[in-house]
Amino acid sequence: MELTGAEIVVRSLADEGVEHVFGYPGGSVLYIYDEIFKQDKFKHILVRHEQAAVHAADAYSRVSNRVGVALVTSGPGVTNAVTGIATAYMDSIPLVVLTGQVPTTAIGQDAFQEADTVGITRPCVKHNFLVKDVKDLAETIRKAFYIARTGRPGPVLVDIPKDITVARCKYTPPTGEIKMRSYSPVVKGHQGQIKKAVQLLLQAERPMIYTGGGVILADAAPELTKLVHMLDVPCTNTLMGLGGFPGEDEHFVGMPGMHGTYEANMAMQHCDVLVAIGARFDDRVIGNPKHFAQNARKIVHIDIDPSSISKRVKVDVPIVGDVKDVLQDLLAHLESALKENRRDPQQLAAWWKQIGAWRERQCLKYKRSDDVIKPQFVIEKLWEVTRGEAFVTSDVGQHQMWAAQYYRFNKPRRWVNSGGLGTMGVGLPYAMGVQMVYPDADVAVITGEGSIQMNIQELSTCHQYHLSPKILCLNNRYLGMVRQWQQIDYGSRYAESYMDSLPDFVKLAEAYGHVGMRIESARDVEGALREAFTTHKKRLVFLDIITDRTENVWPMVKAGKGLTEMLLGSEDL
Amino acid sequence: MRHVISVLLENEAGALSRVVGLFSARGYNIETLTVAPTEDPTLSRMTIVTSGSDDVIEQITKHLNRLVEVVKVVDLTEAPHIERELMLIKVRAVGKEREEMKRMVDIFRGHIVDVTDKSYTVELTGDKGKLDAFIEALDRACILETVRTGSCGVGRGERVLKI
Repeated sequence: MELTGAEIVVRSLADEGVEHVFGYPGGSVLYIYDEIFKQDKFKHILVRHEQAAVHAADAYSRVSNRVGVALVTSGPGVTNAVTGIATAYMDSIPLVVLTGQVPTTAIGQDAFQEADTVGITRPCVKHNFLVKDVKDLAETIRKAFYIARTGRPGPVLVDIPKDITVARCKYTPPTGEIKMRSYSPVVKGHQGQIKKAVQLLLQAERPMIYTGGGVILADAAPELTKLVHMLDVPCTNTLMGLGGFPGEDEHFVGMPGMHGTYEANMAMQHCDVLVAIGARFDDRVIGNPKHFAQNARKIVHIDIDPSSISKRVKVDVPIVGDVKDVLQDLLAHLESALKENRRDPQQLAAWWKQIGAWRERQCLKYKRSDDVIKPQFVIEKLWEVTRGEAFVTSDVGQHQMWAAQYYRFNKPRRWVNSGGLGTMGVGLPYAMGVQMVYPDADVAVITGEGSIQMNIQELSTCHQYHLSPKILCLNNRYLGMVRQWQQIDYGSRYAESYMDSLPDFVKLAEAYGHVGMRIESARDVEGALREAFTTHKKRLVFLDIITDRTENVWPMVKAGKGLTEMLLGSEDL
Repeated sequence: MRHVISVLLENEAGALSRVVGLFSARGYNIETLTVAPTEDPTLSRMTIVTSGSDDVIEQITKHLNRLVEVVKVVDLTEAPHIERELMLIKVRAVGKEREEMKRMVDIFRGHIVDVTDKSYTVELTGDKGKLDAFIEALDRACILETVRTGSCGVGRGERVLKI
């Protein structure tokens, strides 16, 4: 059977089981869009900016564990998409991004809407391809999906010149396993190392389990929960790992890091055996690595990516493999070890007592008010109103940290945010991706008046596809996190962190065909949230919530400081 | 510490820039880099000479392995190995300098591969130290131009880097 390149693209996507493609048309992808027009295998969602297409595909993947797909045109289509690709890359999200390119004969001629896509995106993709022959197209797309979802996942880009989409070739649907001699991700962990880890855990007097996004990506939350309960050890989840272990469980000590809880950071520093699972000891989690290394502890590190191991801290027991697979093996070894030798039930008593003492500091306590709206209070109310069951996306800044601290995620894949790259503007497009997977679920966007304006055009997309996220805009008229740093480190000189000339968000939401609400008193928060999530369940509601202007995120470990050098509140300044 | 890293990778457009991009993005050094297809034209063999602490070298090899087009990575400096570099050096050679220069080339076991009435072009092969020594032995003023390939290396004896 002879097909055109464009037909092959559409066939390949359908063969991969793709149901949604987020995209934006343009000159070099017109043949592909023409084929999309003729098919009904998958749905195309027309965004208003290519960045949002990639973010939406990214969130789609984060909540569904399927490969997200975005389609954009050449040149500016690609450059607009780069922020989205880099965001997915930093958080290891599997995406396939299809990009149009000028015809092969025009490449290098500075043609209209030409950009060196493969060159521009090389540092922020897991891999990328430029298809130069239509005969390679089907196999390349298939490889792209395979590479994106296996090993440490990540975005893969396929650049397709326009003449390739109109060229014809014989098409036979590819079958069988993909084999690449240069790419064979490890799945199984080294059994000897796993046994060593079990021994360390059983001997530990102050064990600690620290997990990141890898547990979520590997769908290993059940194994993690079982492990923590079997050992009766404290567990902390990073910003990317929230929901990997139930946030309401008594073994959960909160998030670690720059805005982590007192008890999580103290436990990270003072434990004698630290088991890191799908986490990468990044600067926002362990602070200054030299300070972190001052306390002696044995570190076990389970990760699918060898280059994440011993990158920032020296690891004693490295275990390379798929987190789920390794945890299953570890649980099996642990079970048989516990059968042979019962542990002294008092072995960890002193450790838990110490953790209890740290908890008594109540580091997340804040001054309540009946009048002025405390941002933390909004998140707590959101948790109540949605019974902790909502899908929560956030942008980047103070509101993101409050969401992470106060919305106790009990399930994985419910919390969607840009952890690695810290991309402002992801919140709304993320909600679109989530709703494409779960059209009837409660979806909340926790954002600020700064971040929301970075992709606010997507209110239009939401209207077109009847998407109904509830946008909680914690409006403090400041770029809050910037202002907080300026207050603490720059002598309260608030350079350009003030948000002037804000739009009337209520009218703006209405102009886009949505519901707008402005909430100015703490007394009105719960009622407004209930109205948004029940009365307006099927509508997008923009809640412009006027919050305490100068509230800060506490605790805080300043950049470059040690993990235990925490500021617990303004009195520590 | 100086390390010589050998990489076997797919002979595809863009593979080289992925390697080079990795070094620049993560701030690793490249002293020299050579690359050419092997006896199997679908594979290229690359030799990278770099320097860094053991931790940095470990990260370099891990990140190289992470590249989708990289098939195998070996740090040759971990075991006995052979390194060779080729240099073409054009030197001024007039009057009695000509005889002196010829002798010098013989001492270093080089070859004169091009001759004019004013210059010689010398081909010299060896490890980095030998090539450096030859340059040191010459009067700087007589060097017209120098071009070096950078090192390529192979493990001694039974050690083979192959798929």
